[in-house]
Amino acid sequence: MTAPSDDLTVVPVADPTLQPQPGWTRLSPRMLLVHPVTEVVKALPAILGAFLAGHGSGDDASGSRWSLGITAVVMVLAMLRWVTTRYRITPEQVQLRHGLVRRHTRAAPLDRVRTVDVTAHLLHRALGLAKVSIGTGTSDRKGRHALVLDGLAAEHAAALRAELLHRPVGPQPAVPQPTLPQPAVDMETELARLDRSWLRYAPFTLTGAVTGLALLGIGWRIVGEGHVDVAKLGPYRAVADQLRQWPLAVDIATVFLAVAIFIAVASTVGYVLSFSGFRLTRHDGGTLHVARGLLTSRATSIERSRLRGVELSEPLLLRAVGGARCLAVATGLRVGRGAERGGEILLPPAPVADAVKVGSAVLESAGPLTAPLVAHPIAARRRRVARAVAAAVAVGAAFDATVLLAGWDTALLSAPGVLVSVAVALGCDRYRSLGHAFVRGYVVTRFGSLVRRRTALVADGVIGWNLRSTFFQRRLGLTTLVATTAAGRQRYYVADLADTDAVRFADTCVPGLLDTFLRQAPP
Amino acid sequence: MTAASLRAPAHLVDPRAKVYWTVRALAGWLVAVGVQVVVWVAVKHPDAVHPILLAVTAVVALAHVLVMPQWRYRVHRWEATDTAVYTQSGWFNQERRIAPVARIQTVDTQRGPFEQAFGLANVTVTTASAAGPLKIHGLRRAAADALVEDLTVRTQAAGGDAT
Repeated sequence: MTAPSDDLTVVPVADPTLQPQPGWTRLSPRMLLVHPVTEVVKALPAILGAFLAGHGSGDDASGSRWSLGITAVVMVLAMLRWVTTRYRITPEQVQLRHGLVRRHTRAAPLDRVRTVDVTAHLLHRALGLAKVSIGTGTSDRKGRHALVLDGLAAEHAAALRAELLHRPVGPQPAVPQPTLPQPAVDMETELARLDRSWLRYAPFTLTGAVTGLALLGIGWRIVGEGHVDVAKLGPYRAVADQLRQWPLAVDIATVFLAVAIFIAVASTVGYVLSFSGFRLTRHDGGTLHVARGLLTSRATSIERSRLRGVELSEPLLLRAVGGARCLAVATGLRVGRGAERGGEILLPPAPVADAVKVGSAVLESAGPLTAPLVAHPIAARRRRVARAVAAAVAVGAAFDATVLLAGWDTALLSAPGVLVSVAVALGCDRYRSLGHAFVRGYVVTRFGSLVRRRTALVADGVIGWNLRSTFFQRRLGLTTLVATTAAGRQRYYVADLADTDAVRFADTCVPGLLDTFLRQAPP
Repeated sequence: MTAASLRAPAHLVDPRAKVYWTVRALAGWLVAVGVQVVVWVAVKHPDAVHPILLAVTAVVALAHVLVMPQWRYRVHRWEATDTAVYTQSGWFNQERRIAPVARIQTVDTQRGPFEQAFGLANVTVTTASAAGPLKIHGLRRAAADALVEDLTVRTQAAGGDAT
């Protein structure tokens, strides 16, 4: 085996006479239809820019000529990409060769393959194609991207995925599973499947708010760039006139209701688009598979050796209606890029009980997600409330100053009072969320109010401790313990513990590490 | 469970670090003061605004430059054992970081222009986690090189993929 020391190597091929050897195959020729379209869409800003620039220069034809020229060049380059790309699968490696001027060969050793993700956007699906991304676990750090085969026939992609993930030789032969000999047939256990009734949680996910803001941004740009006079638009005038006739309170209520309805509808549509056909399964070898998506279908896998834990996340609104999401804490998966990014979601917004059930099934232990947590010292509440109130007071003061300077209705001056009481409630809730425990080999910590997260991180996945204390924390005898890890969010906080408890907890979770640094207390 | 608290790491950094921190802080404040002076000359605001702002800056700068290096010197400590690296840093806000040697990925030493002038170097120990590399500032160059050498040998001996 001549596996290179790097997980994923990029070897610029110096010798241009090196011809593709037998076994090298091109990606699906149907990609000749996909690449030009996607590349032109990507280059659209430049094309539009050229068009507008030409338009603005007075010579109408030049803008069109330039934009057409750019489009043609982009399309030709896109097609060349297919011509110059070849791949092959040897007994040891997956190899991908691409590049017109500088030829590159990328190679991923088969025994290092950790993820094989199959995605297909709308165009892919219309043509029966799929994109296969092959990752080697650590490859997505520091710019070393996964090896991507963009455009195989869908059935070929699925077969390749199965072959790479479930080869008879285990991915880590050094650590044999202490179980029965593996059966020859691929066996999958279903852990979760989308339930239609979960759709009732969709309006509370607020993903629609992001869509709304994006649309608002685009609208704003069009209005600004196109010199559209909003006041002259029929629908806008009709709405504005109507609002002017009603009293202020009714206006506020109407706008609020309209925004709420929009967000609810957009969130629901987003939920359906993202999670239709959601299915979480576990292969016999321990690999988790997530498949989902209505228009763009995704199939992601998380190998057992990469899984470090599970996170239960409850955004405030979702928590209010008894819903929660379940996320995987795994190395090589970036958390926090939204539901569309990464394959970390193990369960879309669903009833808390289901989320706990799925999380426990993934951990193969119910304790970490259900065990009672140790509350934090009461001084932590003071800190949380003080911080929330300080922020509210600052915002409130700015608001009052604006009211006074702009000469608005002085009744508005009392509005920040509401803000401050909300801040107090928020601080108290943030304190109530705080908790930690060490359960069956898992470091469990919970915090947050707007998004409350309970994370169970396997103790072996903790690769260091940070103990932070600000000046004010030291006065109260508090420490924030941070478990660092190579997975998920990279750091998990156990906020505002009593100094001694922080050390004790760290020592319990990872015995031995702190031994030489401990000061023994007198008995 | 008699463990009550962590003791501080064993080693102080080099005393010259105090001078280095002072110079670095002064340089930062000089830039801030310089910008204010330029604005004062260029823009004609009501008379009192600029002198007051400058005076406030000067007082804050003086306090920072006098207090911070001494305080920081008392906090900054480090220790490397066979199994773990332990650092303590900060001044107003403090942080202790502990990483097992078996999980160390890289050990680097760096010398900025100011550090070079004082014959100092800093050592950065990274793990597979993006959260919190361990940094030891203000070591004497020879000590930094020795530490890097030492940790590299121990890390290699520990093996594993450190995730």
